[in-house]
Amino acid sequence: MTLIVKEVTRLTVGLIFLFGIYIMLHGHLTPGGGFAGGVIVALSFIHMVLAYGGDFATKKMNSRIATILESLGGLMFLSLALLGLIFAGVFFLNLLPKGMPFELKSAGIIPLCNIAICIKVGAGLFLVFTLLTMFKPGGDK
Amino acid sequence: MIYFLCFVLFCVGLYGILVKRNLIKIIIGMSILDYASYLFLVLVGFRMEGRAPIYDKAQEVKNMVDPIPQALVLTAIVIGLAVLALMISIAVRLYEKYGTYDITEIRKLRG
Amino acid sequence: MEYITLTEADQLIPLLVFMIIGSIVALEIDDMLSSVIAIGAVGVGVTISFLILKAPDLAITQLVVEILCLILLVRATIKREMRFPRKHADYLRIISALVLIFLFLVFSYSALMGLPPFGMPIMKVASEYIARGIHETGATNMVASVILDYRGYDTLIEASILFTAVLGVSVVLRSVGRIRNEKS
Repeated sequence: MTLIVKEVTRLTVGLIFLFGIYIMLHGHLTPGGGFAGGVIVALSFIHMVLAYGGDFATKKMNSRIATILESLGGLMFLSLALLGLIFAGVFFLNLLPKGMPFELKSAGIIPLCNIAICIKVGAGLFLVFTLLTMFKPGGDK
Repeated sequence: MIYFLCFVLFCVGLYGILVKRNLIKIIIGMSILDYASYLFLVLVGFRMEGRAPIYDKAQEVKNMVDPIPQALVLTAIVIGLAVLALMISIAVRLYEKYGTYDITEIRKLRG
Repeated sequence: MEYITLTEADQLIPLLVFMIIGSIVALEIDDMLSSVIAIGAVGVGVTISFLILKAPDLAITQLVVEILCLILLVRATIKREMRFPRKHADYLRIISALVLIFLFLVFSYSALMGLPPFGMPIMKVASEYIARGIHETGATNMVASVILDYRGYDTLIEASILFTAVLGVSVVLRSVGRIRNEKS
């Protein structure tokens, strides 16, 4: 890729990642939530791969770390659901304290579920992109 | 009238899946089918003079739009993306093996 | 100066006509890159419709998912042979598909009369969720409280669907061992 694309990517990729995390964390107060935040985080990594090429960008995030992160996200979501079963007898109960509305630390279990879904969706979609574009034997990139 | 236009969009996608010979056009037809279903679900839940289903600190929000179809469509959008990724990976593998995207050719060569 | 206000139905009908024309263009055109750009335009039209229908959550998600769809579609169609040799047109298939679509539209028009009129939904369960939502869950975004608290099972199963799709992609595209076995 040309120099302009590389310079602009270097300046904006961190901001895109931060914006995705912001949309995910405020999912219970403003529109957005775990899914949109996860896709934006995946798009920031894909942006880096598209601008700098596959060999350079796999130092930051390669497919092995992505598979581990995706499984961790899924397990975290399932364990949050099982916590309700262990402590109170009802599967997927909202058991943390509710707090005041309009605060960041409110709504019980919902922000933690958003974090788990963001990690899972982001890592999974980055993995799909990596598998489709860096598919070496017999194909073209 | 709006519901009927939504169904016409659905039928354009259906035409793409049934008639076209190119595998990528079939995948695009299925995408159009997905968009028509999302629109129809959100259209059923719309309320005149309604507001977005989010509470505000400064105002008091009285009548909200229906939030349940929006929750269903949020899940459906991400599922549509997953199905599209799987279809495209199968199409890429078929091209590697047969050299063409034409479905009539793929049916003939048994290899 | 007088402002002309349009209701939501007036704003949506030209947008739907634009989407129908865009999707017909995406299906009929021969050049693959133009076809992918046309489906991108249809997706952005869906985003604007979600904004008109007061669903900001969906608009954000649909926009970023549309960008990812375009990246995947361009990956599948770049540098591939697309123009097919002209064969005899399969008239039976085209005519039977058109007859099916015409019958579907005729019956759907009379079926759509049974729905409540546009803009007046029967919100039986949703009024309960809205009345008790902020007290029982503490979240001010109603859609987030519906997908993660009242209907948490759907989100759990949807996460497993995504996992299965990623697994399927990695199994279909893994061909290193197979090609080596075929060659030897």
